[in-house]
Amino acid sequence: MSAPVAVVPGQPVAIAADVHWVGALDPDLRQFDIILRTANGTSYNAYAVRGSAGVAVIDTVKAEFAADFFARLWACCRPDEIRAIVLNHLEPDHTGALPELLLAAPQARVYLSAAALKMLKGIVKDGVDESRLVVVDEDTRVDLGGRSLRFLYTPYLHWPDTQCTWVEEDGLLFSGDVFGCHFCDARLFNDRVGDFRFSFDYYYQHIMRPFREHVLSALDQIEPLPIRLVAPAHGPVLRDAPLSYVRRYRQLATPQLANEAGEREKTLLVFYISAYGNTARMAQAVRDGAEGVDGVRVSLYDLAGGDAAPFVDLIEEADGLVFGSPTINGDAVKPVWELLSSLTLVKVKGKFGAAFGSYGWSGEAVGLIEDRLRGLKLRVPRPGVKVKLIPTDEELAACTTLGRELAEHLVGRAAPRHIDFTAPGALVA
Amino acid sequence: MPKAQVTFEDIGVTVTVPAGTRLIEVSEKVGAGLTYGCREGECGTCMMKIVSGSEHLAAPSVLEDQVLKDIYAGASNRLACQAQVLGGHVVVRPG
Ligand SMILES: Cc1cc2nc3c(=O)[nH]c(=O)nc-3n(C[C@H](O)[C@H](O)[C@H](O)COP(=O)(O)O)c2cc1C
Ligand code: FES
Ligand SMILES: [Fe+2]
Ligand SMILES: [Fe+2]
Repeated sequence: MSAPVAVVPGQPVAIAADVHWVGALDPDLRQFDIILRTANGTSYNAYAVRGSAGVAVIDTVKAEFAADFFARLWACCRPDEIRAIVLNHLEPDHTGALPELLLAAPQARVYLSAAALKMLKGIVKDGVDESRLVVVDEDTRVDLGGRSLRFLYTPYLHWPDTQCTWVEEDGLLFSGDVFGCHFCDARLFNDRVGDFRFSFDYYYQHIMRPFREHVLSALDQIEPLPIRLVAPAHGPVLRDAPLSYVRRYRQLATPQLANEAGEREKTLLVFYISAYGNTARMAQAVRDGAEGVDGVRVSLYDLAGGDAAPFVDLIEEADGLVFGSPTINGDAVKPVWELLSSLTLVKVKGKFGAAFGSYGWSGEAVGLIEDRLRGLKLRVPRPGVKVKLIPTDEELAACTTLGRELAEHLVGRAAPRHIDFTAPGALVA
Repeated sequence: MPKAQVTFEDIGVTVTVPAGTRLIEVSEKVGAGLTYGCREGECGTCMMKIVSGSEHLAAPSVLEDQVLKDIYAGASNRLACQAQVLGGHVVVRPG
């Protein structure tokens, strides 16, 4: 005997009194947003909330699933009953049916964040009559009669526009992508579906982790709420022990590795890779230079001996990063790029960075790494050190200086510098 | 040539530049922590704080004013991709 199936074609699913799931199941999906994989497909969760004065529709579904969505929606309300359309997030997986919904319910007003307003034109290409749009803030309250909608300002989870919708009277949190996961299961409720724990964590790690600080500030708002049910935009509806998922987010957003260095110590990580030992000797010199600076703890890692993932955890907590690579075929080498391309998973903006490396005749690696560090929004205050083939004592001393100066930046003791860009051609260079 | 000075406080670097230079033209060259998205005054990514010398910057355009308002910027904030230094000495930092 199989467990009861909640989701059947054409039927909405009640998740609370007069509140229905009107989403769609996409069991065959295996890749999402290019960057995620899913072993279980996904669901696009949309909801209809009824009060005595009308209905609010919270989010829609991906365009291909519009028919499923409307079949469920029209089974629980008439178009003219819809007073409010709430957009918690404009990504196409939640706004695919919006243009049609706007036409079907022309009297409905659209509630969205200030950031969403700026993106809406890009999503609904025919535009939306401005008189229908309501930009919400913490004081906005949409009265549906007997129950009302409030909005939490939770930007960057994981787009600038994201917000959560809160129904105080029933303790319902419509959280958008937050607390969601790509896990399609027709049993719908977290106490009925298969084990989705890894999908939940995986979704956090790939979608929310780069915005850890925004997650923490959202949790500060969410944790005090008397939540009875969390209705996310993907995956199971969390009705059993919903707060355990809120707590899990708090755990996930707390640094994975306790920092060995104390509060007052800054951490500098030196990563290198080396075929003949030249870049390796430069790495030692960079480390030696940095270690001479009080208050900085330096660590040295050979990228040939490790996978990117654990280094990403270290980098998330570090204050400064230095990368050393030889130039091979006109480029830095793949393990360096693998690590650098993994850094979109964590926040590195504002950390200090530098590069160094040995080369034979063209020496592109250092400049390319520096460009990438700047692209990742690091501060790169010191030009990197490039050495032709085997480093001399003087060249190793330049590496030591680079390490020392970067470490001085970390502790705020860098000597001020002056650069004159008014020399002819200086700005063009 | 009329000149101006800009200090990027977060990295302790002061530059001398021709008057009329936009900060975006130098901040990346020296490795300051100002970051850019659209580079055209629309996204607000490059918001910076003027620590001193704001009177030496060209007045913000209507577009810049609107974006600063949209991102709830304070009175001492400007967009680094837009702000043009006209002379004197301006001190800036990210944020
Ligand atoms: C996970 C994710 C992250 C995104 N991050 C950014 C971003 O940082 N900056 C940006 O301008 N757009 C970002 N976008 C928006 C996409 O660039 C936008 O949706 C685009 O239209 C997708 O193009 P495509 O249809 O070719 O995939 C992001 C989209 C997704 C799905
Ligand atoms: S970079 Fe987008 S506003 Fe300056
Ligand atoms: Fe999303
Ligand atoms: Fe989504």
